[in-house]
Amino acid sequence: MRSCSPILAVWLLLFAGSSAEAQPKPGPDGHSLVARGEYLARAGDCIACHTAPEGRTFAGGRAMPTPFGTLYSSNITPDRDTGIGKWTAEDFYKAMHYGRFPDGGLMYPAMPFASYTKVTRADTEAIFAYLKSIPAVSQRNREHDLRFPYSNRQLILGWRTLYFSEGEFKPDPTKSAEWNRGAYLVEGLGHCGMCHSPINALGGTSQSEAFKGGLIPMQNWYAPSLTSNREAGLGDWSIKDITDLLQTGVSMRGVVYGPMAEVVHNSLQYLNDEDTRAMAVYLKSIAEPSPPSPASSRLPTTESSLLISLGKTVYDKHCASCHGTQGEGKPPHWPPLANNQSIEMQSAVNPIRMVLNGGYPPGTKGNPMPYGMPPFAGLLSDNEIAAVVSYIRTAWGNRGTPISAREANELRSAPLN
Amino acid sequence: MLARAVASAAVIVTLAAAGGAAAQTANQPPDTMAARVEACTPCHGNQGEGTNDVYFPRLAGKPAGYLYNQLIAFKNGRRKYPPMNYLLEFLPDPYLQQMADYFADQHPALPPVAASDASKEVLQHGQSLVSRGDPQRQVPACGSCHGPALTGMEPGIPGLLGLRPNYISAQLGAWRYGTRTATAPDCMQQVAARLTEEDVTAVAAWLASRPAPVNIAPAPKGTYVLPFACGSEPD
Repeated sequence: MRSCSPILAVWLLLFAGSSAEAQPKPGPDGHSLVARGEYLARAGDCIACHTAPEGRTFAGGRAMPTPFGTLYSSNITPDRDTGIGKWTAEDFYKAMHYGRFPDGGLMYPAMPFASYTKVTRADTEAIFAYLKSIPAVSQRNREHDLRFPYSNRQLILGWRTLYFSEGEFKPDPTKSAEWNRGAYLVEGLGHCGMCHSPINALGGTSQSEAFKGGLIPMQNWYAPSLTSNREAGLGDWSIKDITDLLQTGVSMRGVVYGPMAEVVHNSLQYLNDEDTRAMAVYLKSIAEPSPPSPASSRLPTTESSLLISLGKTVYDKHCASCHGTQGEGKPPHWPPLANNQSIEMQSAVNPIRMVLNGGYPPGTKGNPMPYGMPPFAGLLSDNEIAAVVSYIRTAWGNRGTPISAREANELRSAPLN
Repeated sequence: MLARAVASAAVIVTLAAAGGAAAQTANQPPDTMAARVEACTPCHGNQGEGTNDVYFPRLAGKPAGYLYNQLIAFKNGRRKYPPMNYLLEFLPDPYLQQMADYFADQHPALPPVAASDASKEVLQHGQSLVSRGDPQRQVPACGSCHGPALTGMEPGIPGLLGLRPNYISAQLGAWRYGTRTATAPDCMQQVAARLTEEDVTAVAAWLASRPAPVNIAPAPKGTYVLPFACGSEPD
């Protein structure tokens, strides 16, 4: 049992005071409440879900396929009849903090209130002030299309009991203000855990599993663990490489593609240098050193050595001109494959999908004209895809395992958007 | 003295920066559009000339405005083809404009015309629709918008030559069924809606059988007046 010394108590009070002042950081464009709210709404990536393709900003209506049916995001413009024009600041806080509508109704947890509950009241109010300032759009919310029994909102009560714990972010007094700011952004508005945590059959994430990685349902991309250095753990990355990745989408260690490209495009590129650095400091700290697990392949050895030999042929023909004969790449634009965690990690979903579908990193202020990876789905057979992915996962000291043609084939039908 | 020290320090810093930049460039991909659009080439060819896949169109030499409209439509999901939607979703519009300009500036030769397996009657029907349209059904001749030489017009109307029949009929079919749309007034959808399946097959077969004209460049903007309003080609 740790006793609380008077000195520590005073220090805690001081810390609480300074953090309360530090939290309402001004946005880059000014100090007004609305500008700060806009900045924080960017940090929360509200636009990604609450704006439909070719739709009006924040007018909702975006279809969000889930294993339980399709949800449609809501209109959060200040229209009085179809948006949140009649909401009070208190109503908005209740939505963000408790996941409840003004009438007390329960929100589906596709709204990341399990993360947003950590957001301070001051920040929530700034976001509300911003949303009240944007043009009102009259667009009625579309009914969700959920299968029985998920269409019964009372089920959310059970989900909440299991996976939702209400409460604002509590700074860790043993850590720096910068670390705490990073933790606040990652765990709260950033809602990184929504993808980077294993999601169980009930669509929930337990606290003990936070940031341990998982396959994103419906999208079939693997959101790697942020705590394991064998996945996307950033323990041995420099702070600059992390901030480059978050702010520009490319770095000397790797590049963002797939769903993470959306996050950088709509949200992270707008964060100021201090906040980006704070997130990097926090992310670097949560990576736990993990013992190298011995490579274990599900393929018989003769088969895998044949596969890898074919893989080298495919690699030299199609890949080496950009990624280099030794997998060194030309970073940041042509990412290295040697010692690249996302190539080596246990789940081979992302490297397979990159070979099949190719992709562009997001165009950002820091990298407005990104280089793209060609899609090879039409050029290579399942066997060749399996071969080249097996090769890059095991060559140059990489410690991944070979994959089978069946795994490659299964991802050909993975949804692309 | 101090000024001199500062000046020489500045020179050293400049040299170091230049050296760093040079080293950086040597180990960087070429700073060209060609390197940036490599993701397009497996399906559209190194210069946008097309590939063996009959459903992937030639991009080279099409009007930049047309190409840009398509890139935006794929980015926004108005034009649906998931592999394209996925590639373009997070690219800024000015970058898409540069991609469009790049492919508009490529001029590889048109492919030799492949022998058509369509019957003489089908080809005749196609020729008739392409060159005269069908006034009774209010179908204009293709050339009234796509140009007398069918090479299109800047900025938004594409040429129709150098495309394979499968691609042309797939696109006309998509316009007919409303799965491909453009900014209103959506002239191409209006026209395609008046075509039958047989019309589409015939038009595609005839267009694909045409040899390349001497000058395959699209006509300059405003060369001729369109028969009706078209959102893709604003006045």
